[in-house]
Amino acid sequence: MAYKFDFGAIVPHWELLVDGVILTTELTVIGAVIGVGLGIMGAWARASRAPVISQIVGIYVELIRNTPFLVQLFFIFFGLPALGVKLSEFQAAVLAMIVNLGAYSTEIVRAGILAIPQGQIEAAQSLAMNRVQIFRYVVLLPALKKIWPALSSQIVIVMLGSSVCSQIAAEELTFGANYIQAINFRAFEVYFVVTGLYLVMSILLRMGLKVLGNFLFERRRHV
Amino acid sequence: MSEFTLWDIVYNLLLAARWTVLLSLTAFVLGGLVGLLLLMVRTAGNPWVVRLVRAYVELFQGTPLLMQLFIVFFGLPLIGLDVSPWVAATLGLTLFTSAFLTEIWRGCVESVGKGQWEASASLGMNFTQQMRYIVLPQALRIAIPPTVGFSVQVVKGTAVASIIGFVELTKAGTMITNATYAPFTVYGCVAVMYFLICYPLSLFARHLEGKFRNVAR
Repeated sequence: MAYKFDFGAIVPHWELLVDGVILTTELTVIGAVIGVGLGIMGAWARASRAPVISQIVGIYVELIRNTPFLVQLFFIFFGLPALGVKLSEFQAAVLAMIVNLGAYSTEIVRAGILAIPQGQIEAAQSLAMNRVQIFRYVVLLPALKKIWPALSSQIVIVMLGSSVCSQIAAEELTFGANYIQAINFRAFEVYFVVTGLYLVMSILLRMGLKVLGNFLFERRRHV
Repeated sequence: MSEFTLWDIVYNLLLAARWTVLLSLTAFVLGGLVGLLLLMVRTAGNPWVVRLVRAYVELFQGTPLLMQLFIVFFGLPLIGLDVSPWVAATLGLTLFTSAFLTEIWRGCVESVGKGQWEASASLGMNFTQQMRYIVLPQALRIAIPPTVGFSVQVVKGTAVASIIGFVELTKAGTMITNATYAPFTVYGCVAVMYFLICYPLSLFARHLEGKFRNVAR
């Protein structure tokens, strides 16, 4: 029996896919902004001279980096209500992405900070800059510039990873795909098209992050 | 309804964890073989093959693992192959692993100096001999730490196979949760078990990195 492909069967449901793309984008943008922010704070804590905080952050990083995102998501969505923390599907998905990206970006930003030569910090001190100024202008910005490509790849990985959020019924792109194939039984066609959508999204995201990197770091060179 | 003690939960999860380990090992070994094959044909340098391998890598790095598994799981039956979740998960994860490993190893092969290629060519070695005796032994040393590091990604990737119905650690966690209504404990235990598998691998990768850095200096 030869199978007849019918990609037309997806067309009537195109709005579900658009909704999914929008929600996946929202998840990614919120997760990336807060997650990277968390990562910068984590890296600062790791670099600081407070050993207890540094160790706590270290444990957080190792715990997250050595467990699957799907399990983290299930733990947050199904497990936390036992502690009285009830989250909606969207909130749980965003929180899982923030916590996940926070750990990875802590390590990435830390690597950038460690690559800053000690002499630069001493030079800034001799210019009487205070600690916050030094961290912001002398350590963080050059460090971020250095690790921006690695950070960008990690953000793309987190965006792609968000497809498992369909498992807690967060209505992102994969959820839309599951929904459509449950209506028209065209599983292969639907997933094929959605895979293409993800590919386009990841290429666009990577390009967008490159432009953002240029905007953030190149222009300040002469300031 | 049966009563589950904490020991019952842990025991059943441990049984399921065997499948996580088995799937990880299978995908890693098969993916490594396919990745090595791709590396060889890519290094051999036919521009069309290079482009094709690059597209392959881009495809697997630019789409979610879940979609790759879905396409294998729902796609193969269309060409008349009946696939179980185990076969689909193995095949999907093997392709995924091969794409990442071939990309990691490409960087390692490229870091071997051009002079090494030229010198071995001047000794009359053909491509296979150059790879076998000159380039791969040098590239291998650089390749081991990131390869071990990537094995952690493979183990974590197997969790996604639970979604196409393969009963491994995560799926077992979901099933036990449905029976016990104790998601906090069960998913906590699941996370701990993944950690116990992955953390030693992470530490080993870091140890190898440090070792290699000392050798290089």
